[in-house]
Amino acid sequence: MAHSGINVLFEGTNFTRLLLGMWTTFKIAAIAIVIGLIIGIILGILRTFHNKLLRFVLRIYLEFFRIVPTVVLLFLFYYILPRQLNLHMPGTQVAMLVFALWVAAEMSDIVRGALISVPIHQRESGLAIGLTRYQLYRYVLVPQAVSLELPATINLITRVIKTTSLLMLISVMDVVNIGQQIVEANNQKYPTGVFWIYGLIFLLYFLIDYPLSWWAGRLEKKRLEQANGE
Amino acid sequence: MSWEIIKQSLPMFQQGFVLTLYLSLVGIIGSAIVGIICSLVQYFKVPILDKILQVYIEISKNTPLLVQLFFLYYAFPAMGIKLSAQLCGIIGLIFLGGSYMAAGFSGGFNGVSKKQVESGKAIGLSNWQLARYVVFPQGFALSIPALAANIIFLIKETSIFTVIAIPELTNTALDLIGLYYNSNEYLFVLVVAYAIILIPLSIILTLLERRVRYGTFGN
Amino acid sequence: MANEVLKVEHLEKYYQKKHVLHDINFSISKGEVITLLGPSGSGKSTLIRCLNGLEDFRNGEITFENKKVVPSEKNWQQLRQKIGMVFQSYDLFPNLTVLDNIMLGPTKVQKRNVDEVKKEVDELLKKVDLLDYKDAYPRQLSGGQKQRIAIVRALALHPEFMLFDEVTASLDPEMVRGVLNIIQDLADQDDMTMIIVTHEMNFAQQIADRVLFLKDGSILEDTPGKKFFKDPTTDQAKEFLQSMDF
Ligand SMILES: Nc1ncnc2c1ncn2[C@@H]1O[C@H](COP(=O)(O)OP(=O)(O)O)[C@@H](O)[C@H]1O
Ligand SMILES: [Mg+2]
Repeated sequence: MAHSGINVLFEGTNFTRLLLGMWTTFKIAAIAIVIGLIIGIILGILRTFHNKLLRFVLRIYLEFFRIVPTVVLLFLFYYILPRQLNLHMPGTQVAMLVFALWVAAEMSDIVRGALISVPIHQRESGLAIGLTRYQLYRYVLVPQAVSLELPATINLITRVIKTTSLLMLISVMDVVNIGQQIVEANNQKYPTGVFWIYGLIFLLYFLIDYPLSWWAGRLEKKRLEQANGE
Repeated sequence: MSWEIIKQSLPMFQQGFVLTLYLSLVGIIGSAIVGIICSLVQYFKVPILDKILQVYIEISKNTPLLVQLFFLYYAFPAMGIKLSAQLCGIIGLIFLGGSYMAAGFSGGFNGVSKKQVESGKAIGLSNWQLARYVVFPQGFALSIPALAANIIFLIKETSIFTVIAIPELTNTALDLIGLYYNSNEYLFVLVVAYAIILIPLSIILTLLERRVRYGTFGN
Repeated sequence: MANEVLKVEHLEKYYQKKHVLHDINFSISKGEVITLLGPSGSGKSTLIRCLNGLEDFRNGEITFENKKVVPSEKNWQQLRQKIGMVFQSYDLFPNLTVLDNIMLGPTKVQKRNVDEVKKEVDELLKKVDLLDYKDAYPRQLSGGQKQRIAIVRALALHPEFMLFDEVTASLDPEMVRGVLNIIQDLADQDDMTMIIVTHEMNFAQQIADRVLFLKDGSILEDTPGKKFFKDPTTDQAKEFLQSMDF
């Protein structure tokens, strides 16, 4: 064994390539999350309205994204957009679109859940002092809902980041894909290099997700303590 | 969309369907066992072991299943440990699902109200008796929604097994698309297949949740 | 004192930085009934929760039946079989029937004979008029019925000392009497020692051998019941009685 496996990380530009791959991954996740959260909040609010048809349509949208696995969603869009709608998008954009729609669906449920859990008397006392519906949402319901929904939202973000590992399936040059290429190119020289490459990718994901889920856990604990203290 | 193509592909999908169900079932049962053990250790604050399991839980829930599978399937052989693809899939799913199930059970146990715990203490129950007669029965009922969500989640996660070429549903569809290029038909069957598993299951789980909730708390 | 059941000396309680009980000293002898009165937030619940180990305290000593209590979870667990407590929010275990709620302590904690306990529980249930509800679940009972069961659940352990924390405060008015009558019956037994926190002033006056008046975490009065209601020593107590329309 001439070469210790760990050196594969420092061979040529391997290390920078992996970090760049992670950056691509991160960028796609970030853009999808921002767009998805905005759409999701709007949809969530719409789902508390009384219009039955609107609620039904949005519910179907949510259930579809809940039932179909994300891998399958990626392939649906990857194949159907160009072949049926003649819409040619690079894999990164397909991924952003799918993730954004998925985040929007999940977020709409979080927002709706938080809004309807604000006690009815809060709603009524808001209306009683003459607030319009917009003002009711803006000043009463949304601020109270935010503290309720923040931990769930952060957890959703960690899920999106983990799910970006699927990007390689639709040929995006993400960190996993690059890792695979490096492994193949260096297999002769570093037979145990595969351990270090995937180990590093493992660690990179952990370093991004761990602080987020720690934060969500802390917020949730605080909220529960407050709720119990009443 | 051609019904002929769909019809011809059904026997292959049937095999994938059975495999998806089988892998899910094993993974869910294994995850539930790991989850119960972790949550019990954490509930009773077993020294040292609870810290070790906490580390496992953090690693498991903060890394993607795909990377976990790659590690098992490609990196382990380099260390001299060779496992079949299916075994890697099952181990990976249980490794991931264990922490989700642990969080589900623990959430239930911690959700039992402080007043219930205090009235148990007030009649002299020991820690173990308190757990056995008050916290576990009520906590289990409280954890069912989270457990149900985990079950659905784990079934969907089996689709990722396609990356290590386990011929479950998703892998079957992708293989067929690769061979015959009829993506509409095969993707359609694929979505329908997941719907057949997940829609009835989520309805059953919701009903079960209501029943247990009523049986335990009466609301 | 030979028949002293409980003695509290120099007890101090903090919640984080908040000082809620200041140098509490009192004792209670066998068969005595104390009502613990005071405005809301004065520390009544905190004090009686300290007496059966549901709250830990920073300084001070509790002596139970002439033995100093070493505050560990294990010791408290033993003691709680002798010190019964009933809370404001009748917390029966929703997953158990009425009978199982009551039997849990005597059979599992005290390991007494199941058939004997059953017989005894029947007697107790008859006394509180709830024998028919033996196999019901708590959700099928009204608040007053639940609270009566909660009292039976505590009594089934044969406690020597009972703590009641505003047990009628969340009941509908028509339910209050039934619960108070049970406590009154207990007080009439010579050997039952009790501390009762209540806002029912007529009841307090009728039942109290002694009154402890608590304000802002300090005991301002420790007086015989008769004197307290006729002629309290401190202005704060006078004010309190007035605010209760008494
Ligand atoms: N768990 C707690 N954490 C912090 N402060 C508390 C807690 N429980 C009670 N307190 C405070 O301690 C004081 C005494 O409360 P309590 O004993 O419930 O009064 P009472 O029963 O006389 O109404 C109050 O100021 C209350 O806010
Ligand atoms: Mg109180």
